[in-house]
Amino acid sequence: MSAALLAALLTLGGCATTGTAEGDDPLEPFNRAMYEIHQPLETYVARPVVDVYEAVIPKIGRELVSNFFGNIGDLFSGISGLLQGKFDKAGDDFGRVIINTSFGLGGLLDFASDGNIPRGGEDMGLLLAHYGVGPRPYLFIPLLGPMTARDGVGLAIQSYASPINLTDNDVALRNTLWGADILNAASTGVKASDAVGNIGLDRYTFIRGAYLQRRAYLSGDKKFGHIELDENYDDGYSTPPAGNETETKTEDKKDSTP
Amino acid sequence: MNKRIFLAAILSLMAALTALPASAQTPTQAPDAVVKQVADEVLQIVRTDPKVQAGDPARVREVLDDKLLPHFDFRRMVMLAMGKNWRLATPDQQKELVEQFRTLLIRTYSGALAQFRDNQINVKPLRAAADAKEVTVYSEVIQPGGATPIPVDYSLVLSSDGKWRCYDVSVGGVSLVTNYRDDFNQQIKAGGVEGLLKTLTSKNAGAK
Repeated sequence: MSAALLAALLTLGGCATTGTAEGDDPLEPFNRAMYEIHQPLETYVARPVVDVYEAVIPKIGRELVSNFFGNIGDLFSGISGLLQGKFDKAGDDFGRVIINTSFGLGGLLDFASDGNIPRGGEDMGLLLAHYGVGPRPYLFIPLLGPMTARDGVGLAIQSYASPINLTDNDVALRNTLWGADILNAASTGVKASDAVGNIGLDRYTFIRGAYLQRRAYLSGDKKFGHIELDENYDDGYSTPPAGNETETKTEDKKDSTP
Repeated sequence: MNKRIFLAAILSLMAALTALPASAQTPTQAPDAVVKQVADEVLQIVRTDPKVQAGDPARVREVLDDKLLPHFDFRRMVMLAMGKNWRLATPDQQKELVEQFRTLLIRTYSGALAQFRDNQINVKPLRAAADAKEVTVYSEVIQPGGATPIPVDYSLVLSSDGKWRCYDVSVGGVSLVTNYRDDFNQQIKAGGVEGLLKTLTSKNAGAK
């Protein structure tokens, strides 16, 4: 079935449709192949690993890990916000990093959230977006999931510049930290995958749409607006109860009950 | 211009205007109040009803049918998701598509209803013109444990019976209808409206 779908897409790929993400995915055949590789990896590698992680490390421990890497994320969010001129957000982020790194024992505890200092939620990909770097092409990377080339570069910058690399002379510590980072990310990834669930007709398309919409929203890009309907279309709610609209019937039934 | 024809035209126009039902386009309740009321009602049930908490499918379905679904315009959702392809569908196909889409959403979300138990929904005051026919109501879902609140936006349209109905929900900037637009278009390209209907129907049948 997916081969037929792919063939149909390849032949019809030239047709432009308004508001769709299709133009953002010129590498679709490649990405779909990567998606096919990803599926069993998620089921037979990522999920079992996350299951073991969640079974062995209690929730409180996993929260400490999540806080630790969240603190590093806040640092990059602050840098990104600062370079975008979003000084309020950057101020919050740097405030969070200072509080959590000192009182929060190197970021293990998130006192800043308890104190209601909001996360800026920026990253290096959004910084690139701010300075006009386009997102294309969309990529699907096995185990990493959906990504744009822009966000891939952002992620590479954050990995290269990560404070974890400061532990380079202690290989065991460094590897432990990277391992924890991967476990933490895998846990988040599996949860995101569950959240998408089986709601779409074609899961690949649905994930792509959700990811691109989310990143466009975060970067302030309004390209995914609503399409307008003709104002005078018949919405079916003005038809008399004798009509064949099931929705009207249920409404009437509800209104008549005291 | 002949005076009598002019007069007749005016009279028929007035007759046409008075013939319009008085309730049409007169909202019964402000849209943000509708969202708040529905959210409060459903959350109250989720928090107090042991059957809903236990995930009893019949009870969950009943709650959705009574409290939530009457406030959604599924036809408009499908129209927007299908775009220009909507007109390619016959009236029977349109009806079936709306029914199947409705079923798909119910199946997907009925399992998640009980999980909303510990969430708070904070509906923000509406900023829209008094005579607006389409509005967006902004809200925030506050999760337990101090995680960043998730913005949830409801797009509502004033139906011809004077009630506001929701035709799209955006969660953290991801619009449900926009996401289905790609999904539907792809199915239509591959197999036409018939293909889309078939995929929807078999998905619903398979999920049983």
